[in-house]
Amino acid sequence: MTARPAVNAAQLSCPAPVEATDHVQLGHGSGGKLSAQLVAQHFLSQFGNPALAQLGDASVVSVGGAELAISTDSFVVHPLEFPGGNIGSLAVHGTLNDVAMMGARPACLTAGFVLEEGLSLSVLDRVIGEMTRAARAAGVPIVAGDTKVVDRGKADGLYINTTGVGLLDAEFRPSPDRARDGDAILVSGPVARHGMAIMAAREGLAFESAITSDTACLMPLVDALRPLGADVHVLRDPTRGGVASTLNEIAVASSVGVEIDEGALPVPGDVRAACEMLGLDPLYVANEGVMVVFVSGERAAEALRALRSHPLGAEAVRIGHVVAAHPRLVALRTALGGTRVVDLLPGDQLPRIC
Amino acid sequence: MRYLSEYRDADIARSLIARIKARATQRWTLMEVCGGQTHTIVRQGLDELLESAVEMIHGPGCPVCVTPLEQIDKALAIAARPEVIFTSFGDMLRVPGSDCDLQQVRARGGAVRVVYSPLDALALAQQHPDQEVVFFAVGFETTAPANAMAVWRARDLGVKNFSVLVSHVTVPPAITAILEAPDNRVQGFLAAGHVCAVMGWEEYEPLAAKYRVPIIVTGFEPVDILEGIGMAVEQLETGRHEVMNQYVRSVRRQGTPPARALVEQVFELADRQWRGIGEIPMSGLRLRDEFAAYDAERKFGVSDLRVTEPAACRAGDVLTGRIKPPQCAAFGTRCTPERPLGAPMVSTEGACSAYYNLAKYRASDAAEAVS
Repeated sequence: MTARPAVNAAQLSCPAPVEATDHVQLGHGSGGKLSAQLVAQHFLSQFGNPALAQLGDASVVSVGGAELAISTDSFVVHPLEFPGGNIGSLAVHGTLNDVAMMGARPACLTAGFVLEEGLSLSVLDRVIGEMTRAARAAGVPIVAGDTKVVDRGKADGLYINTTGVGLLDAEFRPSPDRARDGDAILVSGPVARHGMAIMAAREGLAFESAITSDTACLMPLVDALRPLGADVHVLRDPTRGGVASTLNEIAVASSVGVEIDEGALPVPGDVRAACEMLGLDPLYVANEGVMVVFVSGERAAEALRALRSHPLGAEAVRIGHVVAAHPRLVALRTALGGTRVVDLLPGDQLPRIC
Repeated sequence: MRYLSEYRDADIARSLIARIKARATQRWTLMEVCGGQTHTIVRQGLDELLESAVEMIHGPGCPVCVTPLEQIDKALAIAARPEVIFTSFGDMLRVPGSDCDLQQVRARGGAVRVVYSPLDALALAQQHPDQEVVFFAVGFETTAPANAMAVWRARDLGVKNFSVLVSHVTVPPAITAILEAPDNRVQGFLAAGHVCAVMGWEEYEPLAAKYRVPIIVTGFEPVDILEGIGMAVEQLETGRHEVMNQYVRSVRRQGTPPARALVEQVFELADRQWRGIGEIPMSGLRLRDEFAAYDAERKFGVSDLRVTEPAACRAGDVLTGRIKPPQCAAFGTRCTPERPLGAPMVSTEGACSAYYNLAKYRASDAAEAVS
């Protein structure tokens, strides 16, 4: 390490602020640093309260003695329909998963629709059909709803907002700030499928076989882990920003170092090929039916068995572990034994030229 | 997968690393020219694994890094026009101009779109005959044939609302500029395999002979790069300085003649500014006069735009290997990945950004050891 001049760590501990900007950029919606900045500076500064400040997948509130997990999410995907699902299945799975990641058992959903003038009613029916199927399969009813219609050109066909409410489980309360030294890090299945399915559909990219979205309800996998109780420390579904962003958030929330093994990360061959063609890193690509699990090292094998007992978790693997070194940073061990830092992206992942 | 998996084989790579370390009797300084190679080196941590035998300097071969501020500002000015749909490869969107970047232009209402090929931009022009579609034609000799093809085809099809903002650069003059610098430290080069797939390597032979440096035409997978480094080290250890081809599965000595011919028909050599380095004579390409109608600079009257680079940014010294990024006073303070002053801090593989992350990693480790 002699060739590299010493770096003044003090200079680095307080990097310059993210560039000030007077307009919302697409990068503000990427799940990276710009998103975090938007939430902190514009929302938390005004809405701020203890429940919101948790910044988990869902917030915890007490209502009449019952502890509830509440999450809300808006879905703006284009195209509306894609291999493996449509915006409807996504809107149900996404919110159920956010509630489930708290260890809670989802009890009900609400759905709000913004419809664009001219939207085909048969498309709308297919979307509602998928929502119905997804909600029924999960055993969670949609108990309230709302529709609004806007002028042509003011929405991308349709937008959906869903809110989910679940009952927390006193014995099973994973949380992003509970990762600790020695934890094993598991993923429940192959990563990067959803993001690449959307991109392939959006860009009209034709591959030999269509990449299908992984959109799925993770409740059965959460239930499979429930018997491990307090030894399951963190559950997160790595949606926008991908596994890399989720691991960074956990490393920061728990003040631990995360180390993952590049070779262990399950990326399907067609997804990897598509990522390489477009110059994208699968670590940052969105998932909608995969979860990241931090479990105490001693019970990792048991947790893997539990996940694999369900078809959705059949390909669950261990991808890394928590270390005491380099707190708040995610390091990746390359196949050759080199190391690199997996940072939070400033904004959207941009396809590379070279 | 043949021609791919074996070039990523960890066992082969490890044995090559051991062989290079055993062969090197001193620490050699090599430069990989291409940003794609930098990407592999940084992502796989090859420089760290070879540290005792070879110092890798990340060269000026990333089109994002060397596109001059002036061209970025021209792009921003054109993209902000209401009649324009501005198209670009994705990673140009975050490159800072004098006061903003293309993403911010888009946020303010400019039509900026990411495309994967200049032909997609041409198709967009055909779909939107009432708008002007401009493609940001950046890159080295690798992207030149496709960009030339788009212009050629636009003329063939009579598409009048399509133009290109050209910021093409070529590799050999950059290598010459680095070797001519009085404080040059580079002892050997990995030439960019894909550039050579188009151009061949004849033009590198006089450079290797005149400056007595080995130049190895090298591919992009870990095993390619390690083989290329091994070949360069072998030459240095035996006092040779030849052009050799590691990337035999893609590159022939004469390159791809039809692609070269097309580039020559559409473009001509011109002096070109390099970000942070300055003007290098005859180091770029511009459209020939007969294609002037497709030149966005002339179409939108931005040819005369002149700007000066921020003095605090020492990207040029970094790209030529004169300093390491942490030696720049702005590094990690005024210049960070969130707020880059210069292009090498923009892409995750840029030399400055790579060092920034590495430094953060080591600093946190050191802090932990102390606490």
